[in-house]
Amino acid sequence: MYELSELTKKYETKRGPISALNKVTLSIPTGQMVAIQGPTGGGKSTLLQMLGALERPTSGTVTLGGEELSAMPDSRLAEIRARTIGFVFQGFNLIPTLTAQENVETALAPLGLSNSDRRLRARAALEKVGLGERLTHHPAELSGGQQQRVAIARALVKEPKVLLADEPTGNLDEQTRDEIMELLEGLWRDEGLTLIIVTHDSAVAKRAERRLYLKHGSVTEKK
Amino acid sequence: MFGTYLYRELSNRRKQTAIIAAGMALAIALVMIVNGVAAGVRDAQATVLASVYGVGTDITVTQEPIQPGGGEEGAPQEGPRFEFGAEDGDTANGTTALSQSSLTSGIGSSTFDADALTTALSLDSVAAATATLALSNVSFSGEVAAPTTTDTGETAPGEGTQQGGRGGPDGAGGSAFNVDTFTVTGIDVAGESVGPLTSVELVDGRAFESSDSDANVVILDTSYATTSSLTVGDSLEIGGEEFEVIGTVTSTSADATTASNTYIPLDTAQRVADLENQISTVYVQAASSTDIAAVQTALQTELPDASVKTQEDLASSVSGSLSTASDLVGKLGTWLSIIVLAAAFLISVLLTTSGVARRTREFGTLKAIGWSNGAVVRQVAGESLVQGAIGGVIGVAIGLLGILAINIAAPVLSASATATATTGQGAGAGGGGGGNRFGDAATTAAATTDIALQIPVTFGIIGIAVALAILGGLIAGAFGGWRAARLRPAEALRSVA
Ligand SMILES: Nc1ncnc2c1ncn2[C@@H]1O[C@H](COP(=O)(O)OP(=O)(O)OP(=O)(O)O)[C@@H](O)[C@H]1O
Ligand SMILES: [Mg+2]
Repeated sequence: MYELSELTKKYETKRGPISALNKVTLSIPTGQMVAIQGPTGGGKSTLLQMLGALERPTSGTVTLGGEELSAMPDSRLAEIRARTIGFVFQGFNLIPTLTAQENVETALAPLGLSNSDRRLRARAALEKVGLGERLTHHPAELSGGQQQRVAIARALVKEPKVLLADEPTGNLDEQTRDEIMELLEGLWRDEGLTLIIVTHDSAVAKRAERRLYLKHGSVTEKK
Repeated sequence: MFGTYLYRELSNRRKQTAIIAAGMALAIALVMIVNGVAAGVRDAQATVLASVYGVGTDITVTQEPIQPGGGEEGAPQEGPRFEFGAEDGDTANGTTALSQSSLTSGIGSSTFDADALTTALSLDSVAAATATLALSNVSFSGEVAAPTTTDTGETAPGEGTQQGGRGGPDGAGGSAFNVDTFTVTGIDVAGESVGPLTSVELVDGRAFESSDSDANVVILDTSYATTSSLTVGDSLEIGGEEFEVIGTVTSTSADATTASNTYIPLDTAQRVADLENQISTVYVQAASSTDIAAVQTALQTELPDASVKTQEDLASSVSGSLSTASDLVGKLGTWLSIIVLAAAFLISVLLTTSGVARRTREFGTLKAIGWSNGAVVRQVAGESLVQGAIGGVIGVAIGLLGILAINIAAPVLSASATATATTGQGAGAGGGGGGNRFGDAATTAAATTDIALQIPVTFGIIGIAVALAILGGLIAGAFGGWRAARLRPAEALRSVA
């Protein structure tokens, strides 16, 4: 699915350039479940941004499904994010003024579906994550676990090839964390997703097929 | 999605929406009212001007009096002069009854050659032109004590006082006389489409006909007819000649008086006033409003001595509380609306951009899940536009209520417009016993009018309001959208803490 070659990302700061990623070369096959661990500031989120086509690398290349991302114009990157990549965030990142169903629908907005199509698919996605009864609830009316379920429904409603999650259980208690991980694993298995999870939590990382360790911008495989 | 999201945002962020909309509403209502009052004042000025210059007059040509001393054409006319010889009048019981009337052009005004009319008519882009001769008739009637007095009527130059009753020593013979002044306008009897008579309507009798040329016939302003108890068929002495009253007219604009007390045929006026081939004003109508400036320039070139004025120039000659209102609306009103408008725009820009800053993660997330830059900008701009539109609708409602309130209150403005500048020069030492000069009464064409301010509700005013609402929304939307466009999708991953 992913081919990373000599991937480098530097940030210019007042105190000189910071190398968040340093010549990362990596291959992630389709359908793999990967956990990325490492100390804070190690470059995990930066790597996820590269994989998610949110940022362009300073040098090196990222290839997704055979397509070289760093060479693409912004509009094409947005299209890839809209069709191929699902995102789940630590802070859920739901839009507070929209209902659960409408939040899920935002992921379908760029795809140009009819209104009824969009609604049907959003409802189905929420039923799949166990929130069929909470369609019209606003984020503030939902628990953290429920909010993350809405976010997962939003990420998966477009049937992406890749699901990227940055600390998806970081804001949840242990029991909820396990429920969410069950859900993600189930979806990964059922949908044939490539699932990449950034986590501090070893219990989460242990569930993955493959564990990567990122420190000072360099990747090592962890056994 | 666009609509749902927009509706949810605005209804959930009511406070921000309310503040932005209220600011816009206030500004728009103010602009509407100020514009409306300005239009009302302009209408009132147009009414006053029309009552003096007639409907459809774009340009007037007059001639400023040059300083006295010349005596040639263009020199200010002297005031009427009554000279009674010793043999004049019927003397009985120690008093002499005298009566005389004199028709002259107004003091301080000047006449010029009628060729100016030919010149005006020969210009391209002149649709119509007519000439008038504004005159003033002063009639003197009364009785003076038979023995002439020693009074020589010394009057300082420039004072121009009207001195009545200098006939005799105190009490001696008992003198009493009236001095009656009224304005006389000589007009073309052909019934031109421009000129002072286009803003009047006939009340009684008939209008001028071509056959009235050089005849001693007169049409009276209704209010003058009433005060001097004259009706159609009566006769009136003008410049020492008998005139038959053939009609009375009133101004078409409700409260205004007409430009002159009386109207007589132009050639008659020239003959009686002994001003052969002289006129005092040319009224010119341009072929279209876009030609006015060109016609004005052409006239000024052709007639270098003349004063060529457009309606716009003439509007500044309107005085009274109307012109005060006009100034007030023009200066204070405009500045106030600009300030309030700027404040409203600023508030909506600041609230919109700070709203975008607050929603950084939200918009970053939308971009991260595939929303294009355009879609995010459209959302932000859409919110601003709708907020502006809400403000616009409320503003138009408040503005219309304000205009309605003013129209119901209908504040009365008074105005006077003077067609010919009256300067008080010309009075000097009277010559001969009892010879008095009348230095005032030089108003050749003046109308004092009370006009109730009525604000016209036009699509223009509502259009301005709607345009401002959209403009405000666009400006705020542009700033907000610009900020939103610059947000990086990676903002979505910014740590929550
Ligand atoms: N936008 C940015 N501008 C400047 N420096 C940045 C930016 N984003 C990240 N960095 C720097 O890059 C390095 C890697 O950051 P990154 O967020 O990838 O770390 P992380 O592994 O995700 O850490 P954490 O576990 O705390 O989330 C850090 O030193 C960070 O300060
Ligand atoms: Mg991170």
